[in-house]
Amino acid sequence: MTETDRSPDIGPRLSLTAFLRRYGTLIGFLLIVLFFWTQRPQTFMTFPNWVNITRQMSILAVVAFSMTIVMVTGDFDLSVGAMASLVGIVAGTTFQNGGSVAEAVALSLLVGAAGGAFNGLLVATVGISAFVATLGALTVFRGLALYISGGASIFGRVIPAEFSSFGRGGIALGKIGETDLALPNLTLIAIISLILVFIFLNYSIVGRRLYAIGGNMEAARFGGIRINRLRLLSFVISGLGAAVAGLMLFSRLSTAHPTQGEGLMLQAIAAVFLGMTLSEESQPNVIGTLIGVLILGVLANGLTQMQIDTYIQQISTGVIIILAVTLSSLSGRQFRDRRWLRRLLGKMPDANS
Amino acid sequence: MTLQVRQASKAYDGVPALTDAGLDLVGGEVHGLIGENGAGKSTMIKLLAGLEVPDSLSLRLNDAALELPDSAAAYRLGFRFIHQELSIVPALSVAENLFVSNPLPRLAGAFVDWKDLHRRAGSVLQRLGIGHIDPRRRASGLSAGDAMLVKIASAFIDEDEGDEPLIMIMDEPTASLNSDEVELLFDVINHMRARGFALLYVTHRLDELYRIAHRVTVMRDGRVISTHAVADTSTATLIREMTGRSVDERSEEISAGQHEARLRLRVCNLCTDAVAQANLELHAGEIMGIAGLVGSGRSELLYALFGIDPLLDGDIELDGQSLTELSPAQAWELGIAYVPEERRSQGLFLSDQVSQNITLPHLDRFGALKTFVNEGRAKAHSRRLVESVALKITGLSQRVRQLSGGNQQKILFARAILAQPRLILLDEPTRGVDVGAKFDIYRLIRELSAQGASILMVSSELDELIALCDRIVVMRNGRTAEVLPSAGLSENQLLERCYEFS
Repeated sequence: MTETDRSPDIGPRLSLTAFLRRYGTLIGFLLIVLFFWTQRPQTFMTFPNWVNITRQMSILAVVAFSMTIVMVTGDFDLSVGAMASLVGIVAGTTFQNGGSVAEAVALSLLVGAAGGAFNGLLVATVGISAFVATLGALTVFRGLALYISGGASIFGRVIPAEFSSFGRGGIALGKIGETDLALPNLTLIAIISLILVFIFLNYSIVGRRLYAIGGNMEAARFGGIRINRLRLLSFVISGLGAAVAGLMLFSRLSTAHPTQGEGLMLQAIAAVFLGMTLSEESQPNVIGTLIGVLILGVLANGLTQMQIDTYIQQISTGVIIILAVTLSSLSGRQFRDRRWLRRLLGKMPDANS
Repeated sequence: MTLQVRQASKAYDGVPALTDAGLDLVGGEVHGLIGENGAGKSTMIKLLAGLEVPDSLSLRLNDAALELPDSAAAYRLGFRFIHQELSIVPALSVAENLFVSNPLPRLAGAFVDWKDLHRRAGSVLQRLGIGHIDPRRRASGLSAGDAMLVKIASAFIDEDEGDEPLIMIMDEPTASLNSDEVELLFDVINHMRARGFALLYVTHRLDELYRIAHRVTVMRDGRVISTHAVADTSTATLIREMTGRSVDERSEEISAGQHEARLRLRVCNLCTDAVAQANLELHAGEIMGIAGLVGSGRSELLYALFGIDPLLDGDIELDGQSLTELSPAQAWELGIAYVPEERRSQGLFLSDQVSQNITLPHLDRFGALKTFVNEGRAKAHSRRLVESVALKITGLSQRVRQLSGGNQQKILFARAILAQPRLILLDEPTRGVDVGAKFDIYRLIRELSAQGASILMVSSELDELIALCDRIVVMRNGRTAEVLPSAGLSENQLLERCYEFS
């Protein structure tokens, strides 16, 4: 460095790689938006379409936000998709037995919390790796959903009208030209959970402690953090998030199928990973997760508008996730220790022991 | 063989870490490199290892200019590094660890020739006089010392293919070794020297220099201050050059303190998995040392008192209150603070900010509604503590990763004293800490005791225990064997007490 560079007013210079590493995912998101805008100028960049995107993504968003909390502690929850399916079946069965909407929702949240606590106890108290524990739970939850439902979907008149209309309805916002605009109820739930998770992770004491656990678990324990309790809590929140998402899905489709939530898990984890690339220290953060969810949502929406095969959609989504994470690890000093990767590998069963 | 290092400079984000530093490494010679933490020693090593891109660096090997574009080039040129943190793969065998930078011997081009692998590994270990390590065993069970020796031995693996003598650079290799292991290491170093290696030996322990080094280079604030022949210099000179102050001035800061007579801590027949039986009484304001050999249960006694290891039997009383079912979280709440031995793995959140690291156990104390973090009060507390522990940082939001070992240790002290603890447990509080920070820490321990805090500290540095503590508990084989007043005690006497019956 020469003398002139050492001016105190100017912070450390951001090299091109550093810039790409830090903001590459965001730039990529904007490029994707621009691309679809130019390809579908009439329909893509319109207010109704964006409202539509938020509704389409709201269910994934809720799962991804609560997944962010688990991933902050360095764990992850593979069972969320199966839990979302199971909750749909639980709520549907409640309706079949004459239960009210309130009863169905309460029971669903209870099942979500209980399933999360089951994962949390396995991971925090018993000490099994999150990979194995939640993979096992995934299978258990899926089995339960299939068993309770007998493998069949629940739909039709047994579902109260107010329940299925919720997923399609919204709060009127007024008119643009000819079309009525409404803020979809599902979008509203996603926004509320975003705000709750944001405040929880960034401003609450428990949230900061979860980050400490993810940063250095032993130091966190020695520093007086009750790590078992908090890890358990993070899984309970994840289970609750999955339950809410399961209810949202059931309500939107007016159908509960024992495997309908399965796609959520991988997408939610992908969204959190995308979001981690936007953090200086590669930590999971809920605003980053939001961007990740939007990337996945915009891709799905745009590619569908361009009438591109859903199989191709999957390929392009995968490529984009890999690109984003690769970009953010480019010669990154912060990224050098690749904490999440080591943790992920470290938690895999050790073949040698 | 001579390696000339000249004009080594490196700045991070505009802050110079190394400025125009230079030294000469000569074959058959051990060259000591000393300096406080943050003096630029690690940066120098990183430049030589090709791990960092220098702002400027000129290298000449036997008068031929050298380039080090990356770490692979450094390896090809015969540079070998023993870093402070050992990179042993625990799941592999010793022999595989030895070959970690080299191709394994092959059988039919595709399979590992285990027989040849073990033979070659065994012969290298024999040559270095460390034949007691079985090349077939799993590296996970090795002691810290043996792991270090295996790492060193791996530098010799390809030498029977006609390699030239190497340059071996060791960064505080004895930091986690016991005295027998240190002796073995010194034998190996002498062996390497005799074979014509040039060794650069970074250490905080000046007595080691006098045993093995020929010349010593002192660094301070990123610059080379001096290079001496070890035989022609004194410890006092070296310390003055490292710190910029004289020894007398510094050792005055350690003087015996006084303590009140009130009983603070009573440990009665304490027993855990690692401690057979411990008894002690500690008064308010008293500084008590715990001496003992590695494995005598010193750290484990602190683990029990901080609720890390569960009690199997016995009682702990703090100010008359009996503590059962203790956990670290409860310990902090009760006013027990702990500075762990392994500051990086057990203490710090390296990628978090200074203030977050200091306030972590105390967030409840100044949280709004006991739920939300009160950032303002957290920062205010941090600012006050940064001052009282003399922490050198650029700001409260600096990442702890960027700080020197001494400053990292001071962060743990700041965390420990934030809430005016009654009892402070210190495990090797000055390990891997430079001389300047060491004296800051001594001063701090004195101040805390003067304010009425009771201090229980484990240390392997016997002079430190004798100078700092009022009384010293000697532990042998998991038991508290005896309590000695430190007044009039010599290091030799104390060491004898540690060894007795063991």
